[in-house]
Amino acid sequence: MISKNGRLHRRAVVAELLRDRGNLLLIGGLGAPAWDITDAGDHPRSFPLWGGMGGAAMIGLGLALARPDDRVCVITGDGEMLMGIGALASISVRRPKNFSLIVLDNEHYGETGMQETHTGFGVDLAAMATASGWPISRKVTKPAEVTELRKLVHEGIGPIFANVKIDSERLPLVLPPSEGAYLKNRFRETVLGPEAHFA
Amino acid sequence: MSSLSSKINPDTNVAFAADWPDAVHDLLLKMQVRQVGVVPDAGHARLIKLFEADKQSKVVRLTTEEEGVALLTGAWLGGERGVLLMQSSGVGNCINMLSLPIVCHVPMLMLVTMRGDWGEFNPWQVPMGQATKAALEAIGVIVWRADSGAEVIEKVTGAAKIAFNSSRPTAVLIGQNVLGAKDFKELAKK
Repeated sequence: MISKNGRLHRRAVVAELLRDRGNLLLIGGLGAPAWDITDAGDHPRSFPLWGGMGGAAMIGLGLALARPDDRVCVITGDGEMLMGIGALASISVRRPKNFSLIVLDNEHYGETGMQETHTGFGVDLAAMATASGWPISRKVTKPAEVTELRKLVHEGIGPIFANVKIDSERLPLVLPPSEGAYLKNRFRETVLGPEAHFA
Repeated sequence: MSSLSSKINPDTNVAFAADWPDAVHDLLLKMQVRQVGVVPDAGHARLIKLFEADKQSKVVRLTTEEEGVALLTGAWLGGERGVLLMQSSGVGNCINMLSLPIVCHVPMLMLVTMRGDWGEFNPWQVPMGQATKAALEAIGVIVWRADSGAEVIEKVTGAAKIAFNSSRPTAVLIGQNVLGAKDFKELAKK
């Protein structure tokens, strides 16, 4: 799970979080996290984003409120999270028990030329979640902590926040389907059954 | 549905339609709307209270309006309909996020109370108020405007139907003449 630079490898982290994923409902944030969840295996219960930067966490909240008996996980990046940082406050107020929000934090905008994000200058996303009232908020830097986080994502009482510090190495692109209506229909039909198309 | 009546805002001496929020609340519950994303506006105050008081509706306080566009996209992925309540100034915050319901074909109903419009006292509200309809239409939202309490019900009914039947974002702009334009300058004299 450790890269050649001695930091957590993002794809290995995601593969561990999604190991035996069962019926987990997953949102992948715009950019590298969408490629990471696809590298772990394109899946009908995954909704990878190709746009709507800043919206991943709130998409997860709407889904978690609509499906209170399912586990919902959002995996996104530090840049995407920073753009919609108010979501930490909005989600905390609703306190969805079935919800986890994982930020893969490489301290850079990886898709636009590796410019540094705020998190490389001391902005602490886990502390922001704690200050917003999240009952569980963790900073994750070690493989054993990732395995603990996997258990929380699948079984913990949320909302759960984790800031996972990862290596900023560039990896090969693993692209999911990009047609939004297809991704939405595939997801809804899997979750809701054939009646999804008659709602 | 409640009968529609006009009241006078005691602060401003302006007539406003009083009962449309009750009728809109009834209508949206009947149409299975379950999630309500809210950034408050004085014009939505009663409708927000009605949603907060009923047990079926899940009201989500938003820090900024585009959170609501994402929220309702997620709600629909999980099979729930929603509505977004905001002021016209918040429309500007939503524009890029509206790519989600447009690309993914997600039904999304937006009820927008107008500022920077008929009777506005605050000049800083005017630019976004005057750009609201054009901005929504530029990104691909279908827009109607309501200038009386009765028109609000009619337009919201139609906008909700087309949003939920054709899986796209729609908006109803509720004019300040329906709401009773506020005037802090008059209030400050009291």
